[in-house]
Amino acid sequence: MGSYVPSTLQERQEMLASMGLTSIDQLFEHIPAQLRLDHELDLPSGKSELEVSRQMNRIASHSVVFDSIFRGAGAYDHYIPAIVKSVVSKEEFLTCYTPYQAEISQGVLQSIFEYQTMICELTGMDVSNASVYDGATAAAEAVNMCCERSRQTVFCSSAAHPETIRVLKTYCWASGHNFVLVPCREGKTDLEAIAPQLDKKTSACLYIQSPNFYGQIEELDKAAELIHSVGAKLIAGCNPIALGLLKTPAEQGADIAVGEGQPLGMPLSFGGPYLGFMAATSAMMRKLPGRIVGETTDVDGKRAFVLTLQAREQHIRREKASSNICSNQALCAMTAAVYLAAMGPQGLHQAANLCYQKAHYLADQLCSIPGVSLKYTGAYFHEFVTELPQAEKVLSALEREGILGGLLLEDGTVLWCATEKNSKEDIDRAVEIVRKELL
Amino acid sequence: MQLLFERSHCGRGCSLLPASDVPCAPLDDSLCRTQAPHLPQLSENELSRHYTELAEQTHGVNNGFYPLGSCTMKYNPKINEEIAALPGFTKIHPLQPEATAQGCLETLYLADRYFSEITGMDAMTFQPAAGAHGELTGLMLIKAYHEARGDFNRTKILVPDSAHGTNPASATMAGFQVISIPSLENGCVDTEALKQAADEHTAGLMLTNPNTVGLFDLNIAQITEIVHNAGGLCYYDGANLNAIMGIVRPGDMGFDVVHLNLHKTFSTPHGGGGPGSGAVGCKEILKPFLPDPIVVKDENGYRFSGNNPQSIGSVKAFYGNFLVVVRALTYVLTLGREGIPEASTNAVLNCNYMMNRLKDVYDMAFDKGCMHEFVMTLENLKKQKDVSAMDVAKALLDNGIHPPTMYFPLIVHEALMVEPTETEPREVLDHAIDVLHSIYEIAQAEPEKLHEMPLHTPVRRLDEVGAARNPRLRFQF
Repeated sequence: MGSYVPSTLQERQEMLASMGLTSIDQLFEHIPAQLRLDHELDLPSGKSELEVSRQMNRIASHSVVFDSIFRGAGAYDHYIPAIVKSVVSKEEFLTCYTPYQAEISQGVLQSIFEYQTMICELTGMDVSNASVYDGATAAAEAVNMCCERSRQTVFCSSAAHPETIRVLKTYCWASGHNFVLVPCREGKTDLEAIAPQLDKKTSACLYIQSPNFYGQIEELDKAAELIHSVGAKLIAGCNPIALGLLKTPAEQGADIAVGEGQPLGMPLSFGGPYLGFMAATSAMMRKLPGRIVGETTDVDGKRAFVLTLQAREQHIRREKASSNICSNQALCAMTAAVYLAAMGPQGLHQAANLCYQKAHYLADQLCSIPGVSLKYTGAYFHEFVTELPQAEKVLSALEREGILGGLLLEDGTVLWCATEKNSKEDIDRAVEIVRKELL
Repeated sequence: MQLLFERSHCGRGCSLLPASDVPCAPLDDSLCRTQAPHLPQLSENELSRHYTELAEQTHGVNNGFYPLGSCTMKYNPKINEEIAALPGFTKIHPLQPEATAQGCLETLYLADRYFSEITGMDAMTFQPAAGAHGELTGLMLIKAYHEARGDFNRTKILVPDSAHGTNPASATMAGFQVISIPSLENGCVDTEALKQAADEHTAGLMLTNPNTVGLFDLNIAQITEIVHNAGGLCYYDGANLNAIMGIVRPGDMGFDVVHLNLHKTFSTPHGGGGPGSGAVGCKEILKPFLPDPIVVKDENGYRFSGNNPQSIGSVKAFYGNFLVVVRALTYVLTLGREGIPEASTNAVLNCNYMMNRLKDVYDMAFDKGCMHEFVMTLENLKKQKDVSAMDVAKALLDNGIHPPTMYFPLIVHEALMVEPTETEPREVLDHAIDVLHSIYEIAQAEPEKLHEMPLHTPVRRLDEVGAARNPRLRFQF
């Protein structure tokens, strides 16, 4: 069996003897016998590293790694620079914990400070926290920041990612907030539909994702104007790669910007670990959940970084804390920071532009096939929805050729995505397969 | 140390992406941001050195002893990292057809079985991303259970005053009112106070056992029975599971729902504060309420069973921090049925050994056999020599040892909570014991010296008050 206990049996006996004991079982004798497990755990016998490696490699081989991916829907296949993996696999970063002891944690603290700065730059907002679990929970935490005594009604666009909607619904049910889904029109949030429901006393916030689940770019500025007219807040869900090109949530009047940070250097990984990023106006700073790193000095006057504004947090405020969050996604935040630093302003712009160009090329090519057309006419970034006859058959044909096509939606349409990783050659090949299937 | 932004030079960068190979599609200027973000501009060499320098100023488990109580800073095996980096795990899209993601589904299925067995539960969800997230999820299950029975009056969650701050914070987020239950002097639950508090408004109790002072609460069967008799459910905070694996199970103590910290007990790296995994297990009665979807196995292989009408919904997108689950499963397969209890017994042995050798000079909060962690109280040292728990902690920094958890639990004054874990060899424990003895001698002879420490760390004691009073939370360009 495998074991990571270094002490030999003899050493264990010596340690026990130093306490006047002869058997390790004596350390557990006080636990009532009727509670103690009277049999071995029903687990496989322990294995050597070689055997475990063989078994896990075999399990991993039971999934299909697609050569070419045209599916996004909340998890995006982007190029990950080699330096990203190399930095975040450094043992110091991997094996440390939350930097409570700042004197021996300056490396991780400074990296979070740099991350916070880059998230502020990306979103245009004033202040960022050190991360939350993912984009969906970031939206849920943002909602909690906006709900106050009488303001308990939460509006959520039905064009947001379905997983985010589900998470928001669950969080609102638990906390007792009133959850209202805003309908869509033409693949975008129908702002006119909520206008009559807005109320100066009860409305807390509106959550809109842009580009939304269907890839459409929303009019956040109009949403901001509308929601601010009743004194409520706008929470903007954003795609961080799109922010290399598109207007920032701050430019459009958002109070809180949240999003799924996975595109910033994290592999698809069957859904996680990903990264929830969160930034807000300075007016909302003290309502932010989770860790925040600040700059200060040490006793010698040297610049240093430290966890700060902790009076918001659970270990101080307990049931009155702004959130229960303790562990977040620190290493994923570092991943995003290294990614953004490696890309730089030009690289990020280039990645965003390539996504935009490839998606539009893919859409043009697909729509040149009879029967295939764009479902929505608005501007989009790197995702779009098409009508596609015999969608299931077409997607299976793509899968057989090692291509993960778009995502089949409930209404039979297909949500496609392209990124900088999809070459013209790959796109042409995929389109040809679709064309052949529909002949 | 310079920041990335201070090292940046306009025009530098890494060449990472090719030029576009498709015809140019126009983009309306009105949709575009007006100013590019200030991101650093560095060559790969500069970037690489920057992070090497940051790593040198970071203490991880691999740099030295890390007895941070309640956090189980055990060694993170390398094979776990290697397996979690396999393309068959990292390159799988969460919305791939099930038939093409069988390996990922099998991973979740096996993890469900093994962790259910270790905890004595009937089903697990891996959606929660961290311990506190697991707490929130578990409390939501309790809420859904009562509501499904038409009982909307159970609005209170009982939490001992010795509990971790996440417990009451999670209860608030789940829409409950928190009732604090006083602990006895030995840190255990005051069963009389519990009887008084448990009534028709009690939704449940949150508890960890061993408790936050490292003692196994011998009345645990009675405690869970009191809550059950009042109609409430019992939530097990898995923070301290490393003490009891294969010896006693939360399910057998009467708990209905548990969360595990896979990043503590099951050796996945803490990563500077995540990603972790707060897997939640529950008994059959709570299974209908688990977040969707759950993996099931039938003659065609593994698949998700979703759309459960009673499910609480989702607490996170997709299926949780999947790669963390991969690591934890690798660990369980390695240790197996023999190694899992061996880890716990040696965690308890290491802990008792340290406590026993320190109690000649340090006061123990509870001077009896501990489980996987023990709590020292420096109240007397503080009174007599003005040396605080913080001072001792900071002196440890100069000796390459990460300090124990300070000032927790709140019921112990000047607390230092020590959790050595099973993966430390005896000489590391002996060295830490020697260092703590020498710090004690300094405290007796020249206590004022300890107020100056640390002396040899990259930075020394920080102005934390100034940081909070005048927050500087980003670099100003």
